[in-house]
Amino acid sequence: MKYLDEFNDPELAAALFDEIARITTRPWSIMEVCGGQTHSIIRNGIDQLLPDTIELIHGPGCPVCVTPLGVVDKALEIASRPGVIFCSFGDMLRVPGSGRDLFQVKSEGGDVRVVYSPLDAVTLAAENPDREVVFFAIGFETTAPANAMAVHLADRRGLTNFSVLVSHVLVPPAIEAIASSPTSRVDGFLAAGHVCSVMGTWQYGPLVERFGVPIVVTGFEPLDVLEGIRRVVGQLESGTALLENAYERVVTEEGNLPAQQMLDEVFDVCDRQWRGIGMIPASGWRLSDRYRAFDAEVRFDVGAIDSPESDRCRSGEVLQGLIKPFECAAFGVECTPRSPLGATMVSSEGACAAYYQYRRLDA
Amino acid sequence: MPDGPDVEGWSCPLPLRDYDRIVIGHGGGGKLSSELVEHLFVPAFNGGTEIELHDAATFDVDGGRLAFSTDSYVVRPLFFAGGCIGDLAVNGTVNDIAMAGAQPIALSAGFILEEGLPMATLGAVVDAMAAASTAAGVRIATGDTKVVEVGHADGMYINTAGVGVVPEGVDIRPSRARAGDVVILSGPIGEHGIAVLSTREGLEFGTDLQSDTAPLNGLVAAMLGAFRDIHVLRDPTRGGVTASLCEIAASAHVGVEYDERAVPVPPAVAAACSFLGLDAMTIANEGKLVAFVPPEGVDAVMNAMHAHPFGRGACVIGRVVDAHPGVVVAKTAFGARRVVDVPLGEQLPRIC
Amino acid sequence: MCLAVPGKIVDVWEEQGTRMATVDFDGIRKEICLVYLPDAEVGDYAIVHVGFAISKVDEGSARATLQMFRELGILDEELE
Repeated sequence: MKYLDEFNDPELAAALFDEIARITTRPWSIMEVCGGQTHSIIRNGIDQLLPDTIELIHGPGCPVCVTPLGVVDKALEIASRPGVIFCSFGDMLRVPGSGRDLFQVKSEGGDVRVVYSPLDAVTLAAENPDREVVFFAIGFETTAPANAMAVHLADRRGLTNFSVLVSHVLVPPAIEAIASSPTSRVDGFLAAGHVCSVMGTWQYGPLVERFGVPIVVTGFEPLDVLEGIRRVVGQLESGTALLENAYERVVTEEGNLPAQQMLDEVFDVCDRQWRGIGMIPASGWRLSDRYRAFDAEVRFDVGAIDSPESDRCRSGEVLQGLIKPFECAAFGVECTPRSPLGATMVSSEGACAAYYQYRRLDA
Repeated sequence: MPDGPDVEGWSCPLPLRDYDRIVIGHGGGGKLSSELVEHLFVPAFNGGTEIELHDAATFDVDGGRLAFSTDSYVVRPLFFAGGCIGDLAVNGTVNDIAMAGAQPIALSAGFILEEGLPMATLGAVVDAMAAASTAAGVRIATGDTKVVEVGHADGMYINTAGVGVVPEGVDIRPSRARAGDVVILSGPIGEHGIAVLSTREGLEFGTDLQSDTAPLNGLVAAMLGAFRDIHVLRDPTRGGVTASLCEIAASAHVGVEYDERAVPVPPAVAAACSFLGLDAMTIANEGKLVAFVPPEGVDAVMNAMHAHPFGRGACVIGRVVDAHPGVVVAKTAFGARRVVDVPLGEQLPRIC
Repeated sequence: MCLAVPGKIVDVWEEQGTRMATVDFDGIRKEICLVYLPDAEVGDYAIVHVGFAISKVDEGSARATLQMFRELGILDEELE
């Protein structure tokens, strides 16, 4: 694929690996925020090929992993209601709530459907006027414009049988929470390229100023990830702390203005629970008052559902790079990819799931 | 779209022509059932020759070992680019027999039909099965038909079972994999799964990709003719090549290593996997095989495969190693090594 | 958040007042909502996420970045 394959070129990657090795003189800990970057790193083995002195800490950038248990339980409750068509991105189907997941709800007779786009859910609502269609609106800022448009279009088309269960999370507050933790070991950040293609890069300047850490907006293909790492290391080695954009072919400073306008209209900032981290103030979006009628939490009266996370789960410490997965007592014992306790084991690219895989090579 | 069944060869066309849809009576064992057999299944599967209809089909075999396999087909939609449920039902079981190194003698075909299924649809599937079995050189010798009420069977379900004879000197099974074996893949991956996925509600996308459904018994015969001591054959259907390699590694308790860059993936398959977040290595194939061959047989086997229409794209993708028994490791394009495991469940499109 | 890929816009039209496009990814064609890229035209490359085009690909920038990587490779060879 054009503008994808070229950024997977192994020869060019080798040059970047060499350059990073050449300029690295001291140990550095770098956090990639986005789950897609984690996926690219693990899938291609990038972390294995970097100098041993560079540690990559996998950040909380997977919206699936950080969706709190309570929200999953709300989804399960709504999906179980008769007459509901519950639509979701594929990622969420296997995430366990307190005792079951959406797959199980489906097997018990719930009408659970995987969609590629939130617009598919709107189409379902238009085609099934006698059913309640609910869309599970999760994601970071990259996905929010699509989810917002779905609500906006449903409103414009007068669909009264469409609603959304919203659990959106924002990147800058997450970086702030991690960077301001007294035990943070993160020296520099790779910011999420596609989030920034929507929101722009301007939100990250103040974070650089406040915490004195380099932040490099980074893409997802191996060459993009390596370039982001190269620039962070370059800054760290020379003692600078600046905001850089290493994904210029897609990201601009101001971002996508029409998308931001729609986000302003459809969503309001709110506090959010992050599975494995806890409550981060002003770190999420919920539906604005204007679109309250589309709020599935209200329509199905599930607002009161709130489920405590496992107290055996230490994923918050893993997410911040404070411990390695195998230092958690539950790792590989009661917490496995098949029966995950928390965020970092839920997704196949979560740090704990990734370590679980690597263990088998040493066995 | 399917054409109607060919009524020319029927001796008594009227009873079938009365019905343009399957009704419950067609599964009842009475006149309607036998008319369906005599006027639809027998002409299609026996090419117009007279056969004696009784409860079981019998065959003479030359002694030796039998290979026996069964599979059920519940694919939706019934018709997709490159084939239909009928093609899968014949080729799938032919291939299972072939993966034991055997040539199939005969298949059975059990139909579970949904009341209301258009006769034209059934006719088109049966025609496809007749053509597929002719192409594979195998006879559909016996079968059964049941009809269930509207709302069940998704139109139709088909079960096929097959029996074949394993030639003398051939011993092909997963546990025979040995360190040093070379892993050969017969061609590009992912075409069937992506072709079918492209029609799935909620995911629809346009593509020229077609299912690769094909009978592999001819290819296997050619491979065995070139080198008898092939250790393992597997057709990577559900779960793709990843599932096949992992199952064989576990079964034989050997390590398998393959080079990601050596696996041929058509650009359209790679593109579909990219935008849906899928892994081509786990996508189903219906006309491909994976072979584990001792090093001394590789050249002969590869030459035989390249000379065969279903093996033109054959390539070496890896080998069996002493290290990490039971575990499959991929060498990435960048030179790193990564453990490969079967996904927990069905691969679903992701956003993250 | 993350899984977004570049594709080429091959057709643009309006559906119920909403700007839509057919985007081609190496022969795979998908209907995509173009509402967030009002200036995008046929022939442009766009980043697509969950059925929406969220950003154009700046082709000049892409080429420049690749060129920079190639030069890095040459530079590294010279330094060895």
